[in-house]
Amino acid sequence: MNTQFWVVQAFNGVSYGALLFLVGSGLSLIFGVMRIVNLSHGSYFLLGGYVALSVINATGSWALSLPAAALAIAALGIAMERLFLRSEGFEYLRNATIALGLAILFTLAFQSWQPHIVGSRSEFAVVAAIAAVLFYGLLSRISVVPIETDVLRQVLLTVGFAFLFQQAALDIWGGNNMDINPPAVLTQSIVVGGIYLPLYRVFMIATAIAIGVVLWLAMEKTRMGAAVRATVDDAQMARGVGIDTNRISMFIFALGAFLASLGGVIGGAFLGIYPGLDFEMLPLAFAVVIIGGMGSLGGAAIGALAVGLADNFGKALFPEVSYFTLYAPMVLILAVKPTGLFGRE
Amino acid sequence: MVSQQVKILIVVASLALLAYIVPHSGSFVVLLATRTMAFAILAMSVDILLGFTGLSSMGQAAYFGVGAYLTAVLATKFHFGMGWDFWLVVVLGMLLGAALAALFGLFAIRAGGVYFLMITLALGQCVWGLAYRWNSLTGGDNGINLSGRPNFGLDLGNDVTFFYLVLAFFAASMLTMYVLVRSPFGRSLAGIRERELRMQILGYNTWLHKYLAFIIAGGFGGLAGVLWAHTNGHVSPETVVLTTSVDSLLMVVLGGAGTLVGATIGTAIVFGLREYLSTLVPWWQYALGGVYVLTILYLPMGLMGVPRRIRQWLGSHGGKEGSKKLATKPS
Repeated sequence: MNTQFWVVQAFNGVSYGALLFLVGSGLSLIFGVMRIVNLSHGSYFLLGGYVALSVINATGSWALSLPAAALAIAALGIAMERLFLRSEGFEYLRNATIALGLAILFTLAFQSWQPHIVGSRSEFAVVAAIAAVLFYGLLSRISVVPIETDVLRQVLLTVGFAFLFQQAALDIWGGNNMDINPPAVLTQSIVVGGIYLPLYRVFMIATAIAIGVVLWLAMEKTRMGAAVRATVDDAQMARGVGIDTNRISMFIFALGAFLASLGGVIGGAFLGIYPGLDFEMLPLAFAVVIIGGMGSLGGAAIGALAVGLADNFGKALFPEVSYFTLYAPMVLILAVKPTGLFGRE
Repeated sequence: MVSQQVKILIVVASLALLAYIVPHSGSFVVLLATRTMAFAILAMSVDILLGFTGLSSMGQAAYFGVGAYLTAVLATKFHFGMGWDFWLVVVLGMLLGAALAALFGLFAIRAGGVYFLMITLALGQCVWGLAYRWNSLTGGDNGINLSGRPNFGLDLGNDVTFFYLVLAFFAASMLTMYVLVRSPFGRSLAGIRERELRMQILGYNTWLHKYLAFIIAGGFGGLAGVLWAHTNGHVSPETVVLTTSVDSLLMVVLGGAGTLVGATIGTAIVFGLREYLSTLVPWWQYALGGVYVLTILYLPMGLMGVPRRIRQWLGSHGGKEGSKKLATKPS
């Protein structure tokens, strides 16, 4: 337990916090703007890592995989938000998506029951197409439960998507633990005062700071940022003064997915990418959001730092209760101030 | 509408039918039914909170977990609870669940709506963290293997005998919860669910009502955990993980919040999908995710509300004549 131990642990904690900031800040903004508890946020992290792996396999470029994965998952986030969470105006597309999904499941079931009828691919496509049309006709006759005001239904819906994403990732990328290898430049170490610091972790911290500063500037200095802040404070009032909260919620959801998947690519280099990582990151991201305060960017930064340090020192100093020491303060903060340390009422 | 007596008769008859049919079907069905019954007690405890009090708890697996870990730790470390003292473990499990809920409730009940959801999530994670990391007590990630089921003259090692025991516990829990929600106390819980402010104005101590409901649900969660430990013969952090809590919530919403039978049906469907379908096809988790999405989007009152929805649908589409016919029909 010398100085070196403390410095190294603190450095690891801060760099882990940098990663958590990427995941947590998006979750926090989504909650602040839309009041949605998004349990598929961990899936964006995991899927981001997987997409990056595919990009690296195809092109060999790690640098390209960062924006490619983040943009792909942001598009997925937009689709999820537009079609299912705020589906006004997109009812037909939503029904079509569900009908297609149901039709494929139905055809798969039919196939395993009567393999001689649905043998070839073309037969499969025909049966699925017929089923899709029938399901679409049925679905367009059933009214959808309004979930905009129902927190529990939103939560369960996002969990359902998390399960779907989990299985899809397993089917596409398999169940093995995979690593994202950053370029050799970043795998070196630098020596500061006799202590070896991995350059990759320095890169993580720098990235998080850069993104944090850009986000902060966008939030505080631009018109769009002001509109976002207004929506966090009072969505109804914001609508009243002519802010298009619908567009803002879409934008924020995409941003959240973008940041989380970026975190997945960056974090994949030292966490690895494996099934189950989604539900491991999710509670940590929530800890960040809750400690920092929901909808607050500065809060997310402090929350991420706190969780990163608490996690690292907890595991090093008292491993047996390390997660407890992480989540217990979260409970206390929530009990005293439900909106989190820096959340606004 | 079916009268209350007829509904009770239907439930009793289905349970009797289950008690008769299940032992005559294969060992797989016996195990599946046992697991479903044990978990359904947890789902019903979630329903006490969600359906009857209006609190969506995301940490109900915590009480389930302490019940299960208590059973496993006592059995493996102290050889306690493998004979007649099994009944003592049942009582202890319920008490521990209730005590933990009494502690957690102090933090959670103050919060409302989405904050209640978040704080129960955090509380559940606290228990998960201990289960996952406290190696010397819980065996960490590997969990604890039980060496067998209790034997007190009645050998619970026999799967069919154990099924009957769990069925009895399930029926007793359902009856107790049914009496509870129909009691004046249960009625005031429903009042809080509908309009808490009004209940406060009427002079009810709504905090205490919610707190008591939380403790009762915790007690039943503990009981479910004790039974679960012996059903599986294995307790691991998977028992306390966030998805267990979320699953139990979905089961309630799927069956129909506010109906104990609905919680049970929801449990049976999710377990059926997960355990039966997974033996048949590799894509079963898509079906489970699909059930989540469809339930949320299309079942406002769960499966138990489907008959009423169909009646409404026929009523609005089939003109007045149709609705009259249905209204007079003793369906």
